[in-house]
Amino acid sequence: MGGYGDVQLLREDGKRLDGRAVDEMREVEIKAGFLPAAEGSAWVKHGLNVAVAAVYGPMEAHPRKIQRQDRAVIDVRYNMAPFSTSDRIRPGFNRRSREISKVTAEALESVVLVERYPRSKIRVEIEILAAEAGTRCVGITAASVALADAGIPMKDLLVGVASGKIDGIVVLDLDKAEDNYGQADLPMGIMPNTGEIAFLQMDGDLSPEEYDLATEYNFKAAHEIHELMKQALLDSASGGDV
Amino acid sequence: MNSEDTGAEQRLVVPGDQIDAPPGSQPGSGVLLRGESLVATKLGRVQVSGDTIHIVPTNTTYMPRSGDLVIGYVEAVMNNLWFLDVNGPFNALLPMSLAPWKVEFGAARQYMDFGDAVMARVMEVDETHSVVATMKGVGLRKIKEGFIEEIPPHLLSLVIGSNGRTLQRIKESSDCRIVVAQNGRILIDGDSEGMATARKAIDIIVNTGHAPGLHDRLTSVIGGDV
Repeated sequence: MGGYGDVQLLREDGKRLDGRAVDEMREVEIKAGFLPAAEGSAWVKHGLNVAVAAVYGPMEAHPRKIQRQDRAVIDVRYNMAPFSTSDRIRPGFNRRSREISKVTAEALESVVLVERYPRSKIRVEIEILAAEAGTRCVGITAASVALADAGIPMKDLLVGVASGKIDGIVVLDLDKAEDNYGQADLPMGIMPNTGEIAFLQMDGDLSPEEYDLATEYNFKAAHEIHELMKQALLDSASGGDV
Repeated sequence: MNSEDTGAEQRLVVPGDQIDAPPGSQPGSGVLLRGESLVATKLGRVQVSGDTIHIVPTNTTYMPRSGDLVIGYVEAVMNNLWFLDVNGPFNALLPMSLAPWKVEFGAARQYMDFGDAVMARVMEVDETHSVVATMKGVGLRKIKEGFIEEIPPHLLSLVIGSNGRTLQRIKESSDCRIVVAQNGRILIDGDSEGMATARKAIDIIVNTGHAPGLHDRLTSVIGGDV
């Protein structure tokens, strides 16, 4: 989120550099049950972002100090592959991946019925194979589909979406240039059926009106992505039909 | 009317989906009451049993319940107890006092070691999911022969069938002893040809059991009729 320099991110015709309208999302593709070895899994392509999520458990929480007597803990590991960006990323955990793992786990705890599995752990692995801005949102969407695919009880699916501000205009779903040189970014985790927000971060400045518009864009996109998530899960579940 | 009786394809739902149900319907397993409406919490098929709506999940984990017959593998041995992997989130504890032998303190490993399979019964599950198993009871023993097939626990009812008919068919056609444990493990014991037939039949049920025409598909493998 640079917000500086003379990079023009909106064309004269009001469209964005990649030709999208301000309230237009990048293309999204979702597949559920992608990894046979995991209990639940998902593959999500959002623009040029590609994320794979795998779910294991519920299992006994180790070390025992992380156990909660009244509910399960969700252990998320978000990781970007070394080849996911143009500069090689040093493998392993870093400050950013720790932060995203933590906020993703907290967001997922809002939708998973964790009280059904006391003292247990549900392990969620999110691997970003290709990154182009908005990977935490793609990770949340993938994790949510993988959890549902694993048969973990949830009160709703969770959709990760983001809006932001470029050249003083609120736009939906920032790409890499817009994320780097734009003025604000508002990623959200939205439960489309209940309309609740399980996760919200804001980078940069938005006025209350801009915030409302960005939220409106996010909800609109969340409903679109939700339909794709549902379709992916239904396709996966009916895959064994004769 | 029960949805199983209609023979119709049951509707698939995902978590958060509202379920169309007649007024007064009760939430069963995999269903949540949100305000006045019933909401699915799992990916699966809607099943109506009387006035209760259930979701039969497409994937699930075994949660032990008191009284369940389970097939477990010894995962750890202490001086006076064994830990059994019963395919659930937690290992079950089998104290030597509940074993069928008179075991002296420190000699537990002489009776059962790592990797051994046992037929046991869940004696106790507390609210934090600690599981105590017992081997005292009819048919509970260390498993020394046969093959243990593992299937998703929610598909066991398909293997057993209505009044146990499907299981009976498999037993008769394969000439095998078959014990279905509630944790999704099935002990098949017989000659190798029979065991192969039984495994093939179970495979068909697991992969295509939810689709209409299962009876015919099974007949093509194990022959015979009900």
